[in-house]
Amino acid sequence: MNVIYMLWLRQLKRYARSRARVVGSLGQPLLFLVALGFGFGPVFQRAGQGNYIQFLAPGVIAMTILFTAIFSGMELIWDRQFGFLKETLVAPVPRVTIMIGRTLGGATVAMVQGLVVAILCGVAGFRLAGASAIPAGILFMALIAVMFTALGTAVASVLEDFQGFQMVMNFLVMPIFFLSGALFPLAGLPPIMSAITRVDPLSYGVDGLRSALTGVSHFGVPTDLLVLAVLSIATLLVGSYLFSKIQL
Amino acid sequence: MIAAIIEACDLVKRFNGFAAVDHISFAVPEGVIFGFLGPNGAGKTTTIKMLTTLLTPTSGSVEIDGQNPATHAIAVRRKFGIVFQDPSLDQELTAAENMWLHAALYSVPKAAREERIERLLKVFELWDRRDSIVKHFSGGMRRRLEIARGLLHTPKILFLDEPTLGLDPQTRNQLWAQIKHLNETEHVTVFLTTHYMEEADSVAQQIAIIDHGRIVAEGTSQALKQQTGTDTLEQAFLKLTGTAIRDEQGGGVDQMRAMAAMWRSKGRS
Repeated sequence: MNVIYMLWLRQLKRYARSRARVVGSLGQPLLFLVALGFGFGPVFQRAGQGNYIQFLAPGVIAMTILFTAIFSGMELIWDRQFGFLKETLVAPVPRVTIMIGRTLGGATVAMVQGLVVAILCGVAGFRLAGASAIPAGILFMALIAVMFTALGTAVASVLEDFQGFQMVMNFLVMPIFFLSGALFPLAGLPPIMSAITRVDPLSYGVDGLRSALTGVSHFGVPTDLLVLAVLSIATLLVGSYLFSKIQL
Repeated sequence: MIAAIIEACDLVKRFNGFAAVDHISFAVPEGVIFGFLGPNGAGKTTTIKMLTTLLTPTSGSVEIDGQNPATHAIAVRRKFGIVFQDPSLDQELTAAENMWLHAALYSVPKAAREERIERLLKVFELWDRRDSIVKHFSGGMRRRLEIARGLLHTPKILFLDEPTLGLDPQTRNQLWAQIKHLNETEHVTVFLTTHYMEEADSVAQQIAIIDHGRIVAEGTSQALKQQTGTDTLEQAFLKLTGTAIRDEQGGGVDQMRAMAAMWRSKGRS
């Protein structure tokens, strides 16, 4: 328990101390929110879909969590490079415990980042459906954060260095984001596109978060919750397994 | 004869058919400073990794204080502290935070943590800098912090893999004095590797020389000199292992580290 807490705290301290990371990671969501939100807003409105900022904000929050969580998971590569990984791997602690500490720490960082972006969305004109939106929204944010931190750790466990990072971004993270319904409604898509969005785990995260915050849902909240919970546990298990296989 | 605390018997480690460690056996008596010497790529680090649960031997057996690292990893890990060849501190944390994290990882009793951390940081002259971020430490300070951290859970054995690499003579001298002192006062068994033969000569009570994965000589520094008919341990070492230069191939991590170092120096200048 103490180990998990200390590893969690470590992740938070590292995050809080890296001002460049805090500020830098807000740039992209802000750009999406402003450029797409206000750029496509009029078209969206004319198509009879209502306020685009209102639709886009949960997607941008989910995107922030996705990116931060994957990065946090992949911090493992830094730890490998700067050597701290050895300190944890040679400690008399089961690897699963270390994996849980890391994942919770990374997920918390991603949630904090998501909350900051949520506030920025509010400044841009995003309005919550009601007070109950907050706990439900936080639950979905947490699920997205845990799932993708564990995924990042799993990927980082099999990568030796940052050479593969670009590939992970282009072939995993970007498709997960762009095909998730963060930017466009999932209803009325061509069948192939619709099928792809259904296998994208973030689709359920965005949909769950959107329904929590604005009350509009595509898959239905129970489906979202079930898929996210199952996938979070699955990525944690796979991540733990791959993490436990790391040899120095 | 004092009982052996580290015992390797017919130990082999093969990587894709290549024997990095090739049927070696040795025993380290409790309370001794043991020097494990050899040229680059001789198998030193591979051996240390097998002794410290990080690698599973291909064949042969290891016992650390009576337990097998391959099957009782967690129990064995409590028994030793290790200072790796490369740094293993969290550079974004302070010296004290690195110590506290280690205390948690090794479940050092809560009541003892504060006192022990203070004592060790004082011994290694880091107490005044306890709240500084490790990133800003010099190489010598980092090494001292790593050793202090390695001793925090009062291990019976301390593994030091080239602890003085890249340090200036003053720091090296001070470091060895501290290690000798610890060995004398706390009876910590020290298993060390180094490329500095004078250091091994003055510190190690017993020496084993490994080359091409095999132990080529064993004994006290005096005995090795006599055996080879030489005056210094360095000459004895060269006579036993030859004068050809060994090249070690850097792995992906080494390459990336070199790249990171390059970026860091760019950022600073």
